[in-house]
Amino acid sequence: MITDNDNRNKIIGRIDWITLLIYFALVLIGWFSIFSAKYNDLHPSIFDFSMEYGKQLIWIGAALFFGFVILLIDAKFFHAFSLWIYIIVLMSLVMVLVYGKATKGATSWIEFGPIKFQPSEFAKMATALALASYLDRLDVDLNKRKDRIVSAALILIPMALVLLQNDTGSALVFISFIFVLYREGMPGAGWLMIIGVVAALLFVFTLIWTQKVMFVILGVLMAIVLLFLVLQKKRNAIIPAIVLFGIAFGMVFSVDYAFNKVLQEHQRNRVLVLLGQLDDPKGVGYNVYQSKIAIGSGGFAGKGFLQGTQTKYDFVPEQHTDFIFCTIGEEGGFLGTSAVVLLYVALLVRIITMAERQRSTFSRVYGYSIAGIFFVHVAINIGMTIGLMPVIGIPLPFLSYGGSSMLAFTIMLAIFVKQDANRLNIL
Amino acid sequence: MRRGYNNLSNRKLLVMGVFIAVGLIYLVRLFSLQVIDRHYKQLADNNALRFVTQYPARGKIYDRNGKLLVFNEAVYDLMVIPKQAMRNDTLHPFDTLGFCILLDIDRNSFIERMNKAKKESYLKPSTFMTAVSKENYAHIAEVLYRYPGFYFQTRTVRHYPDAIAAHTLGDIGEISPSELEKDVDGYYRQGDYVGKSGIERSYEKELRGEKGLRVMMVDVHNREMGSFDNGSLDRDPVTGKDIYLGMDADLQAYGEQLMVGKIGSIVAIEPKTGQILAFVSSPTYDPNLLVGRERGKHYQELQKDPMKPLINRAISGTYPPGSTFKTVVGMIAMQSGSITPQTVFHCSGPASMPIKCTHSHGPSPDFANAIMNSCNPYFYESFKATINNPKFGNIKKGYEYWKDMTYQLGLGHTFGTDIPYERSGNIPSREYYDKMYKGQWNSVTIRSLGIGQGEVLVTPLQLANIAALIANEGYYYPPHLIKCFGDTTAIPEIMTTRVDSGIDPRYVRVMKQGLRTVFSGPAGTARRYEMKDISQCGKTGTAQNPHGNYHSNFIAFAPAEDPKIALAVIIENGGYGATWAAPIASLMIEKYIRGYSIREDLEKRIMEGRITYKNER
Repeated sequence: MITDNDNRNKIIGRIDWITLLIYFALVLIGWFSIFSAKYNDLHPSIFDFSMEYGKQLIWIGAALFFGFVILLIDAKFFHAFSLWIYIIVLMSLVMVLVYGKATKGATSWIEFGPIKFQPSEFAKMATALALASYLDRLDVDLNKRKDRIVSAALILIPMALVLLQNDTGSALVFISFIFVLYREGMPGAGWLMIIGVVAALLFVFTLIWTQKVMFVILGVLMAIVLLFLVLQKKRNAIIPAIVLFGIAFGMVFSVDYAFNKVLQEHQRNRVLVLLGQLDDPKGVGYNVYQSKIAIGSGGFAGKGFLQGTQTKYDFVPEQHTDFIFCTIGEEGGFLGTSAVVLLYVALLVRIITMAERQRSTFSRVYGYSIAGIFFVHVAINIGMTIGLMPVIGIPLPFLSYGGSSMLAFTIMLAIFVKQDANRLNIL
Repeated sequence: MRRGYNNLSNRKLLVMGVFIAVGLIYLVRLFSLQVIDRHYKQLADNNALRFVTQYPARGKIYDRNGKLLVFNEAVYDLMVIPKQAMRNDTLHPFDTLGFCILLDIDRNSFIERMNKAKKESYLKPSTFMTAVSKENYAHIAEVLYRYPGFYFQTRTVRHYPDAIAAHTLGDIGEISPSELEKDVDGYYRQGDYVGKSGIERSYEKELRGEKGLRVMMVDVHNREMGSFDNGSLDRDPVTGKDIYLGMDADLQAYGEQLMVGKIGSIVAIEPKTGQILAFVSSPTYDPNLLVGRERGKHYQELQKDPMKPLINRAISGTYPPGSTFKTVVGMIAMQSGSITPQTVFHCSGPASMPIKCTHSHGPSPDFANAIMNSCNPYFYESFKATINNPKFGNIKKGYEYWKDMTYQLGLGHTFGTDIPYERSGNIPSREYYDKMYKGQWNSVTIRSLGIGQGEVLVTPLQLANIAALIANEGYYYPPHLIKCFGDTTAIPEIMTTRVDSGIDPRYVRVMKQGLRTVFSGPAGTARRYEMKDISQCGKTGTAQNPHGNYHSNFIAFAPAEDPKIALAVIIENGGYGATWAAPIASLMIEKYIRGYSIREDLEKRIMEGRITYKNER
């Protein structure tokens, strides 16, 4: 990649090598894991292009090519064209809804001759670009209601389109933009996060303990808090406390409705399996059950490369795409899984650190956005394989098999690395 | 937005904190899952198990006297696991030529079979060659160790020692996709065998038994390492139930011999139980043809045969009953009070209107006389008197009564016992005539019904049941094939439930006496086949049909005083009822009651008789 061209050396020289090293490490781990997951005696070469591992190499090559091109393009390009990229991606999302191919219940693929691609993978990046360029404008201030509405719309429109494709997993990823809104000082963003966490906890506990028990618990809690407030003579805090508890009661009350009416049956089952309310290792819980067996059987040091029995005999479905982490867990053991988790945490922390050193709001917002996106992908994907999250089909960045996600994540990261390399040129 | 540049930058700590916290939670979880908890390690070991299905022996089928009709014979399927067979072992290369010579196949066939197996699965066993005979098995198995990846799997196929009753016994074959879909219990797997027709189909659940299971441990290289947990999860297969049929194997074989060279059917019933004694459909075939490797080929050949041997004419053939139907018309007329045994109708012989008489007898027959002579005008008049009986109000209500009575007599519907693919025949509905004649019809319009012609169609089984219910003087048991199971399981209640025909025994006895005169009377249409020591009752039928010469029909039972056998015979295009059907019925009766026939000339004439069919259908 490195040439002795002076012009390039300037760029290359300022590139954040830590990020790049983590990236290459993850991509290589992914490729070898796919090789192991899909290994076939008939095609023993990792370069066999008729097999998934060969194909993944082609995708890695394509991703590296695009990433390299992005490093060569003027850094201002993406800022300048962010709105257009956003519009094009939105249009392709609409096209998917009209012409798309359905796989596993979600209509998210679009075909151009032999090439299939998944616009929802690119929608996250386009949204990050659009939001970054909007917040970069000098007249935009998240303290103004109008600007908050526009920012929310920029995020919610693609999210809604993805949701319409029945691709709940990818739509959930858009929640990650709450991190960047929080960082950019949107009033209420912090509260939104807290309310979100509280709501999730109420949801989970209501499902585990039933509504009645939750009402009792909340009632007792409220009595204690009110008593405390009265004794402390903080009368002006009593009304807000009552309102807050009222909202909590409302949430608990609506859990049943939300659970039964909003969620689809397979989603309900996945949640119940996660919470241990539904035990069905042969049915809906099969994936998670087998995935936990595969990872758990890896032990401390793993069974060794190509030695996994659980993944090799197809006990784990989707083991080269959404459940690639199982292969790492079984063959690499705790050493392998913790290495991957640490690599991801390092990448995320590194991106945040880099985002904070940017001079332009565009670059910073973009950096936070992609950090959030990576985080949600990793948290949900790994979480579901170890039974901490319900089964939601989204890929593990850089590791899962698949061209669209490999390209999208690489380009997403490359744009940020380019912005970072160019940061000193911004006055 | 530049304002927030500094003071907001502290918020990165919370974001990073969330990232790191989640990372830590996951690390803790992974540590407990992978290092602390050994539970999953054990589960993983258990996961590498192979479930080997153990197939039970299918139940055997016997005749009513315990004579074996169907049993199982072991055959050997040569199986291959392509991955093991294709292993590139340079020290011991696979001896393809030797293998081909051993199996007596050529190289191309070897490659073809191998490719097919590989296509099915590379790692799992597929059938390389099905149903290798016992003799070949012995000498192949001896040297099979030289060829890795190949092994024999034992399977059983049906064998029929006497090669009779092909239609009744039915056959088994690989389960079809649509049958798999209907299998709500999820018992069957692709490639399993199920009963496709006959007894094999109706008693599939009882005959098949229950599959067993062996749980084997498998290592990473897919090699079996012995039984899991000392076989605690293993389940022995349960052998299928044996079945005893009501059929008399000797009578069945005799019936098939009599029917050689003729198209048609014989159905013989034991009146007291409804058990079927003989169930002949001709032409028939050797049931051993539809077994094993050549099943598909033979099946196609039989299907292409213009004589349609695969059709069971005893239940799928629907025929005009002709004059045998006069028993039905006569009994209903008496039951409805429209005629009495003493009623006399005028017959002008061939000049009768609207139906001429084809028999010569006196001009004013009473009931007994009319039955003996099969007088057409008498039964037309009886039919007319029934449906025009003033007590019904009008002819349409009268006809509906008549139709309901035929239904009670077992016509126009299936019995629904244990005979698959039964057809219901046809007794036209009142609505049918209303539509056909736009509401304008009367007894003359539908006169043919009175003599068993026109729209009325019956199966030989239904006709035999008519004979049985007359023999019983008014009731019947739904005809069925099974006598009992090999164990104490009761047979379905429907087959042991007595059905009342709705005809008063008084009138049935009158009919019975009339049918006796068909053999014994001076003008009886079957008097040539009267025997001194066995009192037979019967009724001839000569049915016009659109396929050429008359169908020769006959119903009969014997002995009159205590009927042991009731039967119907239909010989397609056999001419008069008395020519073929009556002597065949009489010989069957003699065979069943005496055990052999003393009328050797008659027997010879029938067995050697061939009927030529102008247009073979």
